[in-house]
Amino acid sequence: MAEVLVCRNGEMKDDTVRIVKTGDVEIGVIRHEGKYYAYRNLCPHMGGPACEGVRMPGIEELIAEDKTYIGQRFVMEDMHIVCPWHSYEFHLETGINTCDKALRLQKFNVTEKNGEVFVSV
Amino acid sequence: MDTLETRYRDLSVEEFDTRTLLANARQQAVQRKLDDFLIVDVDAHHYETESFAEIADFIEDPVMRYEAKYQGYGGQGISSQRGNYQNLTGRVARQSQARKEKTPAADHHRDIEVTKKWMDAISIDICCMFPTPMLGLGTTPRVDVEVSLARAYNRWLIEKVLAHEPRIKASLYLPFNDPAACVKMIEDFGDAKGVIGFTVTSPHYKGVYDNAYMKTYAMLEERNLPLIFHSAIAWGGDQHLQLCNRFMAVHALGFTWFNILHMTNWICNALPERFPKLKTVWIESGLAWIPFVMQRLDNEYMMRSSEVPGLKKLPSDYMRDMYYSSQPMEAVKNREMLECTFKMIKADTQLLYSSDYPHWDMDLPSTIYDLPFLDETAKRNILGGNAKRVFNL
Repeated sequence: MAEVLVCRNGEMKDDTVRIVKTGDVEIGVIRHEGKYYAYRNLCPHMGGPACEGVRMPGIEELIAEDKTYIGQRFVMEDMHIVCPWHSYEFHLETGINTCDKALRLQKFNVTEKNGEVFVSV
Repeated sequence: MDTLETRYRDLSVEEFDTRTLLANARQQAVQRKLDDFLIVDVDAHHYETESFAEIADFIEDPVMRYEAKYQGYGGQGISSQRGNYQNLTGRVARQSQARKEKTPAADHHRDIEVTKKWMDAISIDICCMFPTPMLGLGTTPRVDVEVSLARAYNRWLIEKVLAHEPRIKASLYLPFNDPAACVKMIEDFGDAKGVIGFTVTSPHYKGVYDNAYMKTYAMLEERNLPLIFHSAIAWGGDQHLQLCNRFMAVHALGFTWFNILHMTNWICNALPERFPKLKTVWIESGLAWIPFVMQRLDNEYMMRSSEVPGLKKLPSDYMRDMYYSSQPMEAVKNREMLECTFKMIKADTQLLYSSDYPHWDMDLPSTIYDLPFLDETAKRNILGGNAKRVFNL
């Protein structure tokens, strides 16, 4: 397993993505709320560049006790990676698809040492 | 002779001022001493749309607020009957970004450059180009508008695109609300370079069985030009679809519904018997609807054949003679069902690959190529061979 340099710590702003290509593998490194996440930039649906889309929070419906519909809210603590091809959505924390647990983005470990950020490939 | 004061106003540079526009009204008020009256106007307006960005900030539901700010208000906005949010408030990010894409300066239209870029990337040799918003033009109550726009679009497409790029073909728009205009369209443009068929945009409210259309069908049959039914939605124009409050619902139903409707009428009025050599192609309804209609019509036909005496065989037999585009192929989970559908429609010879690019639910050629139940010949037929035969490419 090789460690590939992504950036100096702090170089990437929050809510940005850096695509790291090592060999034939493209990895999207996402910085969100100060934390780094790394996934293969390949959507398991049709092969889209999953990490190059937007990040959007999950949405949940608000249903009252009497079962009537009230509205919706963003679930800010559940940020999603959204593939730009067909908007398949994956939990940022796990890379698991929001509709089908069998679908997931390939995840890579990210480490920080000596002021630099590395992804393990 | 008195010297009259002369004033000039150059309207080409004068800025708009409401007091100038209403100067004569002010004069009337002065003449009538209206300022001495209490005058109450119980119906005055402003254009709240000009402040919609601010108003949207006041929407309490945060998800709705985001959508409203993304879509805006007005003609295509969040509240309009034609309003939609195909790209899921920016989630299908490629759509909004593509509009900003730069293309090299060229003698020909930008659409040619953009189209060839994605064709090369996807590995498509020839494409049949369709419009986007004009797929809903058939629901306009202004028939003359449909005819004028259809002719303008067809002429523009022929002159600016088809004439310059042999890899791009088109099935021209038929203004179906005006049968005579359909005939003239075929007469005028049926022989133009790159024209490989004519299209009925499926959202409309004219029966395909109307005698007024027989000349159109006969002309296409005689010219060996396929008749395409390209489906779409009519969220605002269809009472049933107006019951849908999510785009997903109206898209899932609408894109199949209009072709189900026209297919059923096409069969029940025995049009395949009247025009046996006319090739019909049913586009962008996916595939799952076809076995449904086949089974439904076959079952009814066995009990009510006296009602449709023009038919000489089962409805499904006629449907197996027709052609279908593949996208959006319902391939999420049930591979067995998909294989059965392929068998029912004789996909090897009747199915035509389509991407629908750049729309939000596009399919790549790999959706066909990767199917384990197809052999090499079937893959090649579906991806291109069938279309080559149907459209005489």
